[in-house]
Amino acid sequence: MVKIISYLGLIFWAQLSMSSEGGTKLMQANVDIANTVSLQNGAKLFINYCVSCHSAEYMRYNRMAKDLGLSDDMVKKNLMFASDKIGDTMTIAMRPDDAEQWFGVRPPDLSVIARSKGVDYLYSFLNGFYVDPSRPTGVNNHYYPNTAMPHVLWELQGLQDNHGDADKTSSDGEMTSVQYQQATRDLVAFLDYVGEPAKLVRYKIGFWVIAFLLVLFLVACMVKKEYWKDIH
Amino acid sequence: MKSVIVKNLLGLRDWIDERFPLIQLWNEHVGQYYAPKNFNFWYYFGVLALVVLVIQIVTGIWLVMSYKPDANFAFASVEYIMRDVEWGWLIRYMHSTGASFFFIVIYLHMFRGIMYGSYQKPRELLWILGMCLYLALMAEAFFGYLLPWGQMSYWGAQVIISLFGAIPFVGETLSLWIRGDYVVSDITLNRFFAFHVIALPFAIAGLVVLHILALHHVGSNNPDGIDIKANKNAQGKPIDGIPFHPYYTTKDAPAVVALLILMAVVIFFAPEMGGYFLEHNNFVPADPLKTPEHIAPVWYFTPFYSILRANTVNFFMVPAKLWGVIFMGLGTMVFFLLPWLDKGKVRSIRYRGWIYKTALGLFVVSFLILGYLGLLPPTPARTALAQVCTVIYFLFFLLMPFYTKWDKTKPVPERVT
Repeated sequence: MVKIISYLGLIFWAQLSMSSEGGTKLMQANVDIANTVSLQNGAKLFINYCVSCHSAEYMRYNRMAKDLGLSDDMVKKNLMFASDKIGDTMTIAMRPDDAEQWFGVRPPDLSVIARSKGVDYLYSFLNGFYVDPSRPTGVNNHYYPNTAMPHVLWELQGLQDNHGDADKTSSDGEMTSVQYQQATRDLVAFLDYVGEPAKLVRYKIGFWVIAFLLVLFLVACMVKKEYWKDIH
Repeated sequence: MKSVIVKNLLGLRDWIDERFPLIQLWNEHVGQYYAPKNFNFWYYFGVLALVVLVIQIVTGIWLVMSYKPDANFAFASVEYIMRDVEWGWLIRYMHSTGASFFFIVIYLHMFRGIMYGSYQKPRELLWILGMCLYLALMAEAFFGYLLPWGQMSYWGAQVIISLFGAIPFVGETLSLWIRGDYVVSDITLNRFFAFHVIALPFAIAGLVVLHILALHHVGSNNPDGIDIKANKNAQGKPIDGIPFHPYYTTKDAPAVVALLILMAVVIFFAPEMGGYFLEHNNFVPADPLKTPEHIAPVWYFTPFYSILRANTVNFFMVPAKLWGVIFMGLGTMVFFLLPWLDKGKVRSIRYRGWIYKTALGLFVVSFLILGYLGLLPPTPARTALAQVCTVIYFLFFLLMPFYTKWDKTKPVPERVT
């Protein structure tokens, strides 16, 4: 009886897990948001390449400055092109109607993109562009077929052929493939931070909260034991 | 000096007690409430539910201070809480984690009641009040889930409300009336907000009071299912009972701290819980023009969602969708009937026979499988499995009058063990 049940269970399990597979396997982003240098580099790339079309309308420049160990002046001079008040959020000048006309879609806001899509997807997407002359932008993407987004980082990466094989590039970029992967990793790490700035502190606070609660737990257990001495 | 303070405090207590039944209330519900001394692990979840309720109310008050129930600002105001409000992220994560923990605690609390026959005479009304609380909690969670105004909030509400459309004749009018619009919109958001922060918290708080009053009137059941009031000492106190305070206050305290530790682990280290407590797609603002490929409710509704989807056949001239709604409704309501479906002569699972234990085991397994399937997009294999589990789910209740009667029970001891 048990055998039959477990056998049936196995069949169902196999079918269930089989049908849940599918889609292109994502690359591993392996971001480290505790690495401030990585976040700073990501911020630089983000401001230089992304914020012309994509906003991060819930992210404030001065919050970024504080969290990334930059001074307000540094941010104002080097990282603020779209706005001049340090307390502003990262909005863009492009009007939504224009964007729709130029790209066919409005480029999504990137404030919480790492939370909805996941860092692995973003990393894969940024590494997934290949040459496709049939597309209006000249490129296509392995992880988001027929994306409207052009390969903004092509200067850095160069252009890959259809198989996404970094060694067989159609044109060389400024970076080696290892450098490009590190650059996109930094960019994705920054987006991960932008998605939830509190992430930088919540692990640290959580450690102390749980340490305190564990001590409290021990005390509470001792109190209980003392009171229950006479109950048998 | 010290004695002066104590004297004044005692004087204040007596002053109040002459005008309000303070000491009487304390004794009736805490100091002199005799509970069986043999409570085990499963008896923590009542007090834990109360703790989670308090957490939800307190964090909820602070969330409302910064949240905007407006379709244009709701999503942004949640991000405002997460970023610009001091400690807003912590309050929000406490609330979102608390919602899931509420259901974990309540499901375990209900399972305890079923396992030890706590719904049997004389606790039928206590059970019914508890079931009303469960329904109110489901409504509260459903209304609350719309408020962040993400894609899952929006389309989840759209799907659930459209279920009412399956009801013949009045369905379409009814769902229109619930939404207040032809699609889920700002109007829907505002009324859901009103229900979430005023109507249902009131209902839940009131029902909790009734639930506890009923409990203290009939007395707590215990893992042996024995009536401790049958054995009293010379003072008229149950021999196997101990005062709630200080015994159960001190015993519950470590359990409350343990719950807080588990919640803290989620809040600080995995607030999304891999997409089960906070769904990934809910970080995309609600878009009425873009239906997500896969709409799944949050995990605590998925067993019933699976039952809904398991109905794929039209029969008796009733469309499958309506059968789904009927069975989903029955699936939640059928617990009300437990006190009358159970014909067993004993309360606790400890003294029941193998038939009941098997039935309960199958029920729990099918409930868990249904919950798991409800998270996934349907495939033919999954739908077949969901149908098998749905049948088991309902057979547990339908056959209960028979198997509880036929089951060979063991003799129940005189005193608690």
